Amino acid sequence: MSSSESINGPINNASVAQKKTDQVKIHPRDALLALVHFLVAFLALLLGATAGLLQTLVRSGTFQLPANIGYYQILTLHGVLLALIFTTFFIFGFQIAGVSRTCGTLSDKQRGLGWAGFYLMLIGTIMAGAMILLNEATVLYTFYAPLKAHWVFYTGLALVVVGSWIGALGQVFRWIQWRKEHKGETTPLLSFMVVCNNMLWFVATLGVAIETVVFLIPWSLGIIDRVDVALTRTLFWYFGHALVYFWLLPAYMVWYTVVPRVIGGRMFSDGLARIAFVLFILYSIPVGVHHQLMEPGINGFWKFVQVVLTFFVIIPSFLTAFSLFATFELRGRELGGKGLLGWFKKLPWGDVRFFAPFIGMVSFIPGGIGGVINASYQMNAVIHNTIWVTGHFHLTIATTVILTFFGASYWLIPHLTGRRLTKQIHQLGIMQTWIWAIGMLIMSGTMHIIGLFGSPRRSNFSEYGGAEIAQTWIASEIAQAVGGSLLFIGILLFLIIIGKCFTAPIGFEEFPIAEVAPGAQKTPAWVENFKIWAVILAALILIAYTIPIIDILNNSPLGSVGYRMW
Amino acid sequence: MHIHKYEKIWLTFGIGSLVVFLGITGVMAFHQGTHPNNSMITVNYEEVDTIAPFNNPGVHKVDGKDWDYEVVVTSSAFFYNPMELVVPVGAKVKFITTSKDVVHGFQITGTNINMMAEPGYVSEYVTTVDQVGEYLIVCNEYCGTGHTQMFSMLKVVEPDEL
Repeated sequence: MSSSESINGPINNASVAQKKTDQVKIHPRDALLALVHFLVAFLALLLGATAGLLQTLVRSGTFQLPANIGYYQILTLHGVLLALIFTTFFIFGFQIAGVSRTCGTLSDKQRGLGWAGFYLMLIGTIMAGAMILLNEATVLYTFYAPLKAHWVFYTGLALVVVGSWIGALGQVFRWIQWRKEHKGETTPLLSFMVVCNNMLWFVATLGVAIETVVFLIPWSLGIIDRVDVALTRTLFWYFGHALVYFWLLPAYMVWYTVVPRVIGGRMFSDGLARIAFVLFILYSIPVGVHHQLMEPGINGFWKFVQVVLTFFVIIPSFLTAFSLFATFELRGRELGGKGLLGWFKKLPWGDVRFFAPFIGMVSFIPGGIGGVINASYQMNAVIHNTIWVTGHFHLTIATTVILTFFGASYWLIPHLTGRRLTKQIHQLGIMQTWIWAIGMLIMSGTMHIIGLFGSPRRSNFSEYGGAEIAQTWIASEIAQAVGGSLLFIGILLFLIIIGKCFTAPIGFEEFPIAEVAPGAQKTPAWVENFKIWAVILAALILIAYTIPIIDILNNSPLGSVGYRMW
Repeated sequence: MHIHKYEKIWLTFGIGSLVVFLGITGVMAFHQGTHPNNSMITVNYEEVDTIAPFNNPGVHKVDGKDWDYEVVVTSSAFFYNPMELVVPVGAKVKFITTSKDVVHGFQITGTNINMMAEPGYVSEYVTTVDQVGEYLIVCNEYCGTGHTQMFSMLKVVEPDEL
């Protein structure tokens, strides 16, 4: 698009308003609250990544775990620590910082909710983690009944959820306060996005809260004897798919609000960004059954309805892709990029704040295409529960999301600790991004390929009685171990960089927030009316889930007693 | 709210491909009947061994049905019963399984047969076995320490070798 068609109007150097907002520094008390979340997240990252490394080594058939540690025990640790604990703590740390940066310092009450949530989540994490380490909860992070873990494990997870609700409220209250103080104004975009993500999280976690509190905890305590397997699975996946959007949306926050500022550009469209987020809320929850396409007890028509709803996320995904690349092109052209793709070279490739999330965005192209395949109803049979799926979410969560989180950590930690993002951190961060990208290309690529040939996920090393096809899987699993080892080196390097962030020279590091171009149209007020979205969301959930749940309840067989199979 | 011309084109393309894609998937499912396992049949999982058809696991020739063979398999930690299945090439086969304890998978590698086996629920899938060969059946849902010992073999043979 030529610059005369520029949507944002001419982009000059930072406006006076932008310069002023660039200097905003988060209050030290809010910074401390965010930092403690990051510390727990990074500790979980180290332990979870160590478990991941061991898994790839075991699966290659060249290594055996010492001291009676089970493969599935470390697999449970890997899943719980990375998918549930690292993500939730990191996201809350980021969201607290984001709200404090864009709405202003939290009140003591709001911050108090943040601390209460943090401690509850921490206690819950320790409870669940201890049960895994004691081998009392080798049920993987999906904890499907009728495998029965210790009640302390389920209670710990329930506490993590309840703690997250309390912490999320503190963030939402700050946004509500801003809104009251600025009647008629459009709220800060980043904070609006935080509220969207928290709303999604609250509605989604209701499913897993009911699953654990009503069924699994009483069952593991012996208060009830039996649970319905299909019902608990359906409640889990009601939560489980929205969970992936809860991970993804903070990455989108960085892409929409931070990255344009990092490259010196402007936000493409405030209104469309908000609409994209609202669509993600609406189409992330009434879709969980697409994880259950291969199972009995759910009617095909309703599976298909949820498949259709699943595919609607294509719309906000396309909106996002357009906005981001439009921002990049406008900025690249402003910097003198000529021709069809000349602007591409002008982007700040030496800036880790841009480079790490950019590689994350690129990974989302194959990641998204893989997701389309997975959700394609009958096509799901080809890859369901094969290691293709593991390869898929290591592209989406473990590359797209995590590289964006890494890229954000490199400026956010110095901002919070009153230090500066040094040139060395830029260089090491770019090196880290390359190591991650290459390691993941090898590991995830191999997983995708042997998954297509049927290699099952969540499986220890096995020769399957010498079956020919299993031999072809084993040959490729060496590549997974190579990729996994590179990724582990990547984690160590990341943590070294984080150490450098904590010890960098004292100074001021900007929390970059892009502004909308002057003269841009005001975002319509209805976009910010969460009552409308709550009603539509409730309607969609009722449409998608009422009859499947009634079917499951009416059709319910004898429930299952618990089993300990490890 | 203003939406740029190129963005409109881009979104029209996105939504258009969505409609085409879902249309194809829907026609495949509801017109050509390529549904995955959607069985609504339930069973008392503690009595599976005494309830038909699971009281007689194995390969059975059937008459007067839309399919020629029924393959009945019980799934339990950590094995399938029976361990080996032999069917003639070209036959239309209904695969039927259920779990006697925890959740298992029933995936026949190299085919589109991929079902969850859950206690209390019967899983079914009908397909035509059109290529001679040996197909490894694996449990693809974690079911405990012995999970990867849970496998069996489907042999598709020429009718005269049956």
